[in-house]
Amino acid sequence: MAQAFTKTMARNIFYGGTAFFFLLFLALTFDSMGQLPNRDNRAALEGEFGPKIAMGKILWEENDCIGCHTLLGEGAYFAPELGNVYTRFGNSTDAIKGFIQSRPADGIPGRRSMPQFNFSAEELDALAEFLKYVSEINTAGWPPNTQG
Amino acid sequence: MTYKSQSVAKLYFIAAIALFAAQILFGLILGLQYVMGDFLFPHIPFNAARMVHTNALIVWLLMAFMGAAYYLVPEESETELFSPLLAILMFWIFLVAAGLTVAGYLLVPYSTLAELTGNDLLPTMGREFLEQPTITKLGIVVVALAFLFNIGMTILKGRKTVINLVLLLGLTGLAVFFLFAFYNPTNVVLDKYFWWWVVHLWVEGVWELILGSILAFVLIKVTGVDREVIEKWLYIIIAMTLITGIIGTGHHYFWIGTPEYWQWWGSIFSAMEPIPFFMMTVFAFNMVNKRRREHPNRAATLWALGTAVMAFLGAGVWGFLHTLSPVNYYTHGSQITAAHGHMAFYGAYVMINLTIISYAMPLLRGRNAANSNKSQIWEMWSFWLMTIAMVFITLFLTGAGILQVYLQRVAENPQPFMVVQDQIALFYWLREIAGLMFFGGLVVYIASFFVGQDEPEATVAQS
Repeated sequence: MAQAFTKTMARNIFYGGTAFFFLLFLALTFDSMGQLPNRDNRAALEGEFGPKIAMGKILWEENDCIGCHTLLGEGAYFAPELGNVYTRFGNSTDAIKGFIQSRPADGIPGRRSMPQFNFSAEELDALAEFLKYVSEINTAGWPPNTQG
Repeated sequence: MTYKSQSVAKLYFIAAIALFAAQILFGLILGLQYVMGDFLFPHIPFNAARMVHTNALIVWLLMAFMGAAYYLVPEESETELFSPLLAILMFWIFLVAAGLTVAGYLLVPYSTLAELTGNDLLPTMGREFLEQPTITKLGIVVVALAFLFNIGMTILKGRKTVINLVLLLGLTGLAVFFLFAFYNPTNVVLDKYFWWWVVHLWVEGVWELILGSILAFVLIKVTGVDREVIEKWLYIIIAMTLITGIIGTGHHYFWIGTPEYWQWWGSIFSAMEPIPFFMMTVFAFNMVNKRRREHPNRAATLWALGTAVMAFLGAGVWGFLHTLSPVNYYTHGSQITAAHGHMAFYGAYVMINLTIISYAMPLLRGRNAANSNKSQIWEMWSFWLMTIAMVFITLFLTGAGILQVYLQRVAENPQPFMVVQDQIALFYWLREIAGLMFFGGLVVYIASFFVGQDEPEATVAQS
């Protein structure tokens, strides 16, 4: 029986299987794109804070926040999850801004510490609005509790 | 070495090993920062060291893939490389771009690097693993296209084997999916959704084609088993890889704002992702058992078998450990993820590259088939040191992860992130010690290129 399974058959399974499952993946992607508007909080992006959130995301990226933190569980595992930091800090953008602002420039002896980025008031606002927007994405109930 | 142009591979392999050393060095810094939070702060903050650690890994793996292709494609195609000059030129462009990027990470704040490189024109920076300035990303595209052209033209004018075609398919996929690195919408869910088209479809998709074809090539060489048999295995392994791995992308779509049906698709398909890795293990051991020749390069055979076992453990078993959505709900983005990442990357991609380097380097350096016994013994010591160290790194991170998940997410009174981190510091210390052992193995590995050079080649014992 083993001899009956030829290289040609193996090749056909490879090409056929890959093509089929890639098309299925595209179909699922297409369907997901249709459902996202009800889940991904894009209303916030289109609302009055939209430009601020966009600026916040650029700041988030240009300071490599993901290099220490996770956002919706993705990133580095050195510092707390920030996808829900808005709720963890009592639904307060001021608390977020206060925390970022208060980081000592030289760190804390012996301990991990977030750098002092010297953000302007406008930049702090943008970052906080960005984190608020992320916290309002429908993530199927993740994380399990506010500790992230 | 059958074709003169194969020699360009040597440059790529040497640079790959140098970057590997840099990667490990920065890994040790990161490990120390986990337990001594102010180490090198604020000069080399954790995120900067991490970028060097992960980006050096990605670049050296790509360099070694390219070296592997430049080595094996002429031999498989039975013709000289289309343009050795282009290969050398692209090597230097790639190396300089990588060097400048790393210097940028370390010498200026990341936001300054973003400003200097005009990130605002086409913002692509600041996403995990894709931290490179946009200009570097464009450079990667140019290098990848020139490389593909060179390899493609070589295959086109020569013999077309299954190994060649699978490798080319993998490399083409690598270049195509990288293009999603340029898509960066403000919408975080969309951003993340297509970010995975680079990251997941690379490491759990097209890279596995590259892995499979390199492994098949080395196994043909060291075992002398009939090509027909090996090629059939290769097809069936990569078929299972893509059948499970493409929809398996869904295991990243559980908690990022995507529809909940992904919990089913992702769990079911990624639960099957260990199958091709298991087949790879069976395949490698079968071929070696059925060998029709004794190859004097025993180190290369050891690396090949090691790849098959460690890829199965790291990618297969440790992946399965946290891939079912009810489990992943608690483990997502924890040290469990880090444990899996370390062993999977080492087992699959570090080891396959060390396999082809082990096989090809003696030939590139003028040996007929293998290094001296002495050199091989050093190399095999490094194999065991690095591999065992990685097993321990993985076990300690898993221990840390289990505790972290329990204290922070499962226990009745969940504790804050940093409070939990303090309680699991012992595991981080142990991981750092295992990391030092890995570094020791790496030193022995590099030394193996310099010892026993004056001694005669190893030969096969006549019995």
